[in-house]
Amino acid sequence: MWPQQFDYQRADSVEGALAAIGDNGKFLAGGHSLLPAMKLRLSTPDQLVDISRIDALRGISRNGSLAIGGAATHAEIAASAAVGSACPALAQACGMVGDQAVRNFGTLGGNIAHADPASDPPTVLVACGATIHIQSVDGSRSVGAQDFFVDLFETDLQDGELITGISLPDCSDCQCAYIKLPHPASRYAIVGVAVCLKMNGGICAQADVAVGGATVKAVKCAGAEAALTGSSLDEAALAAATDALSDDIGDWLTGDVAYPEAYRSAMAGVFLKRAINAAKG
Amino acid sequence: MSARIFGSGIKRREDPRLITGEARYTDDIKLQGALHMAVVRSPYAHARIVSIDSSAAAAMPGVRAIFTGGDIDLAGLPTAWLIPDSDLKTPEHPALARDVARYVGDGVAIVLADNRYQAQDAADAVMVDYAELPVVVDPHEAAQAGAPQLHDDVEGNIAFRWVMGDREASDAVFAAADVVVSERILQQRLLPTAMEPRAASAQYNAATGELTLWCTSQNPHIHRFIVSAVTGLPENKVRVIAPEVGGGFGSKIPCYPDEALVSWAAMKLGVPVRWAETRSENYLTTIHGRDHVQFVDMAASHDGKILGLRATVYAGMGAYLSTAAPGIPTILHGLLYVGPYTIDNVFCESIGVMTNATPTDAYRGAGRPEATFLLERMMDKVAGALDMDPVALRRQNLIPPFEDGYEVATTLIYDSGDYEAAFDKALEMAGYADFRSHQAQARQTGRYLGIGVTTYTEMCGLGPSQVAGAVGFQGGLWESATVRVTPTGKVQALIGASPHGQGSETTLAQIISAELGFPVDDIEVIHGDTTETPMGWGTYGSRTTPVTGAALAQASRKLKEKARALAAHLMEANPDDIEYADGSFSVKGSPDQAQSIQDVALMAHLAWNMPEGMDPGFEESQFYDPPNFVYPFGTHIAIVEVDPVTGSIDLQRYIAVDDCGPQINPEIVAGQIHGGVVQGVAQALCEGVIYDDSGQLLTGTMLDYCLPKADMFPNFELGETVTPSPHHPVGVKGVGETGTIASTPTVYNAVLDALSPLGIAQIDMPLTAAKVWQAIQNANGGN
Ligand SMILES: Cc1cc2nc3c(=O)[nH]c(=O)nc-3n(C[C@H](O)[C@H](O)[C@H](O)COP(=O)(O)OP(=O)(O)OC[C@H]3O[C@@H](n4cnc5c(N)ncnc54)[C@H](O)[C@@H]3O)c2cc1C
Repeated sequence: MWPQQFDYQRADSVEGALAAIGDNGKFLAGGHSLLPAMKLRLSTPDQLVDISRIDALRGISRNGSLAIGGAATHAEIAASAAVGSACPALAQACGMVGDQAVRNFGTLGGNIAHADPASDPPTVLVACGATIHIQSVDGSRSVGAQDFFVDLFETDLQDGELITGISLPDCSDCQCAYIKLPHPASRYAIVGVAVCLKMNGGICAQADVAVGGATVKAVKCAGAEAALTGSSLDEAALAAATDALSDDIGDWLTGDVAYPEAYRSAMAGVFLKRAINAAKG
Repeated sequence: MSARIFGSGIKRREDPRLITGEARYTDDIKLQGALHMAVVRSPYAHARIVSIDSSAAAAMPGVRAIFTGGDIDLAGLPTAWLIPDSDLKTPEHPALARDVARYVGDGVAIVLADNRYQAQDAADAVMVDYAELPVVVDPHEAAQAGAPQLHDDVEGNIAFRWVMGDREASDAVFAAADVVVSERILQQRLLPTAMEPRAASAQYNAATGELTLWCTSQNPHIHRFIVSAVTGLPENKVRVIAPEVGGGFGSKIPCYPDEALVSWAAMKLGVPVRWAETRSENYLTTIHGRDHVQFVDMAASHDGKILGLRATVYAGMGAYLSTAAPGIPTILHGLLYVGPYTIDNVFCESIGVMTNATPTDAYRGAGRPEATFLLERMMDKVAGALDMDPVALRRQNLIPPFEDGYEVATTLIYDSGDYEAAFDKALEMAGYADFRSHQAQARQTGRYLGIGVTTYTEMCGLGPSQVAGAVGFQGGLWESATVRVTPTGKVQALIGASPHGQGSETTLAQIISAELGFPVDDIEVIHGDTTETPMGWGTYGSRTTPVTGAALAQASRKLKEKARALAAHLMEANPDDIEYADGSFSVKGSPDQAQSIQDVALMAHLAWNMPEGMDPGFEESQFYDPPNFVYPFGTHIAIVEVDPVTGSIDLQRYIAVDDCGPQINPEIVAGQIHGGVVQGVAQALCEGVIYDDSGQLLTGTMLDYCLPKADMFPNFELGETVTPSPHHPVGVKGVGETGTIASTPTVYNAVLDALSPLGIAQIDMPLTAAKVWQAIQNANGGN
């Protein structure tokens, strides 16, 4: 647990952070993914630029859509009334990250930049159609969550780019939920499923479904969504959605000796049903 | 004996310093001018070391020295349990691998630098050229012909072959039995995971020739003579200090390369040297536990009499034979095969096998959990085969109550037991009779509830030294203690054992207080420093209360006799007329005339008025060699529910009725049981080392290696019965390991009971959701 030598500086502003980052620097947010990697010498930046106290990255607001600062903590998001009503699934996911100490430090921006396949929030961001706002010395850009997550620990984020915020459509007229099967050791997700349903007179008018944990990245599940849409979420529809789900995630499945792909794939189906039940309330 | 302090659940006096961060651990000891050691470790499980180039590393900032295997002129690390009649081979274990690295983590070089960061930077820059060799990690595979060989002098990787019992007699019993059940049982490897990783710091004074070694040890006196043997320093020039030690569970019994290396480097370089392992190193290089592949059979008559038990055990030793390793799957294992039952015929062949894995050694329970598991698993299997209630089967075979000695087929003489009393109590607490109907109803609705019932006894309080000698343990198993009273009546108890989290400073003080009447807060228990404390063999095998506690009780009794004689003299009375109560001596019939124990202590120190022939001072020492082991026992019961859809297991109730004789401090006893149960349940449900085929440790961090968490457990329901040990001065038995010994089969059997309607008969531990789910899929034909 002895990192290589590095320099540290704290940035006061987004511009300051971007100017300071250099060639082999890394932004430091909560440090809960970066510092363990550095201690194991899996990550060896020569400098850290601490962005955790930049006010512009911290807030959460709701104005038509939900806007979350890139350095808002999991705890802040989980406790936010705005998130709780505009996207309760995200509040649930952030509330399931690690333990209280982890949630007090870890940030949503850091979480998605790190793109651990077993993370919780990305699954909700993909299901709910979040947009990631990114800034660098060259300017600003925005990218949809589905395009942001590329592969295992791989995102669309380029060197020197900073996530300044995450926005989500207000889905207070939806019924949404995130649930997970936690790994007994780490409590990260073996499988996490997010669903967001628009119900109209007992019929599902729109279904958004994403799976994480079982997959190398959070995956939007069009087949399952199609099977649910237009149904009354009856047994037959759920069975069809579960079948379709295994195709949706088939190409992206991942596993390990303890929790192999077959198990994770089956659990994705089980947790889809449980998530729908949770969403229905 | 004062009833008030003995049996009182007073708070652990250790806790304030532990929970406020004031405790001083090995790595808290800062030595002026110390260099920091980092170890370059093999990334391969088996590889020839072709060359080592440390020139670039040596030129890095702060680096003072780099040494490789060839530089180190230390004797190999000894194996100290030389089990007899087993064709034991003890392959050389050099402190640094010289030609061949035999497991991932085997040290190949050390770097000494001004700080730990520089040492690690340079360690990363040492270029080692390895030629990979074939790898074997499974002990059963390693024992087969054609397996990769680890040591030239250990043919077929077989380090020993230990046989208990008469093979022919056993075969005859099995051939004639009505029913024989068989199972291949995997006792998976476990990581002891003490909260404090290992650490060692050494300082050598060239002028006096004295070496001081601070290290994380459960047995500093054993460390002293091993370090003396390995370095060649005379034992009186080696001082070993175990400061606060943050848990051990057996993993801090052995003497490791790292402790030898800091000692050697401090002597070589003439400056203090420090080392502390990281958690990653802890998982790679601190001993692992268990690792058996067992082939077990049990024979019974059609009406449920257990006739015989036999097992062939392939016990993974890892790459080298650790300090006590050969004794664990043999003496501490096979001798427990009878358990609490009247089984007349037991047989064990235990084969110690070298593998390309971290060495194994004693881990909480050490051999006895592995025995209790197979015994209890087979009891349930016999019950299944005979279509009998497993509780009825156990009851029918229990040894009847005995108060002073019961010899069993393994030749052990159990000290005392009343198994059925504990059994009944636990069954009543669990509501066993009602549970079975509740379970049947639940099954109707697709819910899978299960119950596991374990009756156990175990041998601990290790143990008579004569037995130690007979079984090849290269040491004694007595303890010694000094009770020293200062002129003002405060007590220092010096002990050779070395507690490290058990609360013994509290419990032992309670014993002395009960014997002598000093207030418990006036009694301090001092341990851990070979220069300050009398000789002792250490804290393991649930032995500190039984053995050290007995030494202290007897030393206290000697002091009490001295006090009685001196008090009589001071009060000009006949010693026979002296009455003692609560720390005060008075003359029969004239209660106003009294001498407190403190008065007597002062007068013994002043020595102004001593009786003829009595020496001054108020201090007594006692060597205590126990006449027998102690045998705690009890019954544990678990109730679980399995979610058939996910395979997840919910432990709903856990009942433990343990009998460790009279409880000195019931809170501490409960704490030991809680901790033990948690560790044992974790073996059943979630803990397990996984190596890949190339010997890489896949469970190298807590992200993958599943330690138990508080929310996995219900509130434990504890009960007790009290059956004193007939041979112990205060009747107590050990309780440090009963929880791990009893709980693993309890929970395992509960889960298999829940799954029995599906026809699932066996799943390898740990019972992860994925494995349970897979077993359900297989049983359903994937449906
Ligand atoms: C014990 C423990 C348990 C955990 N359990 C869970 C869990 O159950 N579920 C879960 O989802 N997660 C879990 N986590 C991870 C947690 O969510 C982390 O907080 C998160 O992954 C990283 O966030 P951070 O703010 O700590 O980022 P850091 O560690 O500071 O940074 C991580 C990476 O992101 C980069 N980065 C950080 N912020 C930005 C930004 N704004 N723009 C661009 N790049 C940035 C950094 O440079 C670094 O490369 C756990 C972590 C721990 C330590």
